[in-house]
Amino acid sequence: MKKTSRRDFLKLAGATGAGLLACGAGNALANEGLQVNNDELGMLYDATKCVGCKACMSACKRVNSDYGSLSYEKAKFDEDGLWDAPSDLSGSTRTLIKLFKESEKRWSYVKYSCMHCQKPSCVSVCPVSAMTKEKISGIVDYNKNTCIGCRYCQIACPYNIPKFQWEKAVPQIVKCDLCKATNLREKGITACAEVCPAAAIKFGKRKDLLEEAHQRLKDTPDKYVAHVYGEHEGGGTNHLYLASMPFNKLGLPEIKPEAPAEFSEKIQHTIYKGFIAPLALYSTLCFIAVKNMKKHQGHDDDHQKGDK
Amino acid sequence: MGHSEEYQKLEGKIFTKSFFILLSVVLLGFYFVGVRYVKGIGAVSNMSDGYPWGIWITYDVATGTAIACGGYAVAILVYIRNRMQYHPMIRSAILTSMFGYGLAGFSVMVDLGRPWNAYNFFIPSKWQANSAMFEVALCVMAYSTVLILEFLPAILTSIEKSKWDRMNAIRNWLHPKIAPDKKTMEDKLEMVRLGAAWLNPRLNKVLIFFIVLGITLPTMHQSSLGSLLLIASTKLHPLWHTGFLPLLFLLNCVFIGYAIAILESIISSYSFKRPFEIEELSGLAGLIPFVTVIWLTVVIGDLSYRGQIHAALKGDFYSGWFMTEFLLVACGSLILFVKKARKSARWLFISASMIVLGGALYRFNVYLIGFNPGQGWRYFPSFAEVMITVGIVALEILGYKVFVALFPVLPNMDLHGAHKKKGHAKKHKGSEAEKHLPAGEAHAH
Repeated sequence: MKKTSRRDFLKLAGATGAGLLACGAGNALANEGLQVNNDELGMLYDATKCVGCKACMSACKRVNSDYGSLSYEKAKFDEDGLWDAPSDLSGSTRTLIKLFKESEKRWSYVKYSCMHCQKPSCVSVCPVSAMTKEKISGIVDYNKNTCIGCRYCQIACPYNIPKFQWEKAVPQIVKCDLCKATNLREKGITACAEVCPAAAIKFGKRKDLLEEAHQRLKDTPDKYVAHVYGEHEGGGTNHLYLASMPFNKLGLPEIKPEAPAEFSEKIQHTIYKGFIAPLALYSTLCFIAVKNMKKHQGHDDDHQKGDK
Repeated sequence: MGHSEEYQKLEGKIFTKSFFILLSVVLLGFYFVGVRYVKGIGAVSNMSDGYPWGIWITYDVATGTAIACGGYAVAILVYIRNRMQYHPMIRSAILTSMFGYGLAGFSVMVDLGRPWNAYNFFIPSKWQANSAMFEVALCVMAYSTVLILEFLPAILTSIEKSKWDRMNAIRNWLHPKIAPDKKTMEDKLEMVRLGAAWLNPRLNKVLIFFIVLGITLPTMHQSSLGSLLLIASTKLHPLWHTGFLPLLFLLNCVFIGYAIAILESIISSYSFKRPFEIEELSGLAGLIPFVTVIWLTVVIGDLSYRGQIHAALKGDFYSGWFMTEFLLVACGSLILFVKKARKSARWLFISASMIVLGGALYRFNVYLIGFNPGQGWRYFPSFAEVMITVGIVALEILGYKVFVALFPVLPNMDLHGAHKKKGHAKKHKGSEAEKHLPAGEAHAH
């Protein structure tokens, strides 16, 4: 008896658990491809045009300071709040200009802010839908009134964009939302693109930006690395980059064309499709357990009769 | 079924020296929890935007719940594989699971930045089924409830049988002016007793469905704990990032569960000076290699499929941690292939410790050690951060000690281990255990 039940159990476990999981892993390898929406809003940052004045950074802080209850970041020696030089994106900095200097002649500025992915990892992992992607504009937005502060978005984002306010008792996640509730609503353009004096940041629809980027690559191929960063990275992003130096040197990671969220969702969906597998597992286990209990009870009763 | 006689309370004092030592550790941990709520997470922890999950998630949640899988593993054995002889072990396993999961939930509330928004988990319009964390959160909450229900019979039984000595003692200790009237109190207590007596048999009838739920839910969320890191394809080292993460985490929690059930039993037998339950333990130990061999095979097979074997043998930082994890589990399992080792409490202890350590290290590797968010980020837990985790673990041990004294949790020695007592008088020897009847037979009578 025992032998059979063990074999049954192993069969069961093999069929329901391992089989499903293996299917998931297998399916996930076959990329079905994701629909890219080129009508979404985005920005094109051309590092060769950037002069590093950081006007975008200060405009970003000025415009977005109320929204999300951010305050100007103050240096300790700067009581008037006139001087602000954050070294990285943080709970009070949504966009940042950095300088990468390899030698006296080879250097480049680079701008960091949310990439507004076509298939954002942060939206995929947020357990309570605090991170959302707007259907028409494609803006990846954050709602602090829903957020539970689990920081899974930070783990998931391959660009390390969402930032958490570690120093606050009532913290929130901070990231660029294309000035959705501020400058974009009032003036129809993001603050950073509006103020850039060197026209290094171009705001517009993704398809126009892509066209422009490829035109620039064609016109002056010597100036650029022949690649539009963000066109295919991680399923495509709406924030695009042109630069004269390899992008990984500028702190932009090399990412495969398949969106990381596609991979994880496929496995998760295969396991939990229609909740069938868990229900099947539960009912099968119930069946076995009840049968075992009955058998055992019968056994007990026999003993009691014998005792009498 | 006669379950209540199957278990007994532990005789002895609750307020011992170790109680107060543990209590002070707990209080220190809770002091830092207080600091965290007043001054923010950054004030007590070294977590950063690069390493947003520190040891609270890695140890308390991802590893702690695996260590709390004793209840899950033993329940599979007893109810699904029909090995009723292990039934006496299940209550203490469920008790540790209950504390493990409850406190994992507690440390999540410490770790969450905006815990007051956690009610969103219960609002269907906010549900986000793509998120592995959503699945983990709901499952863990449901499982904690199921664990409480599974443990409830122990509490109900002891209420039914209680003579209310402690309650009366408290009443007598109180000043007569504020002490409740003796008669009213007795009436009320009698009502509680009747309520418990009414509920207990009814609960027992449907309990099996909760028990099976208690097997289904960990299967779901333990695999999802692995799925959590699937998304971090650019950050998690290729040694650990694979589509098989959910399967590996599931198998991992099963062998950790059996190994921890062995460790718990040995440690509590030793510290409460009860005889070792060597027959049951060696039976459990015989199961572990089945699971670990599958796990090790999947690990190697997956590495070679993805062409990462060289990364495992490279000898760098990552391969070092990988080899440690792998060898701990492999060597721990090898010991269990030796029949003599399975009958010796000492060897069982050594091998179970190695397997638990290796299995836990696997989870640390996935969540922290193999996780690299990019250049310039470093993480090592701060003192306060560690103390919060240590405080929570101390609370777990404290709770266990109090509960086994208050409620019938540990296997009844008179029933199924009476003839073991002599053997325990001197330190236990493996050969003596072999003479004993299989515990199942003893318990059936």
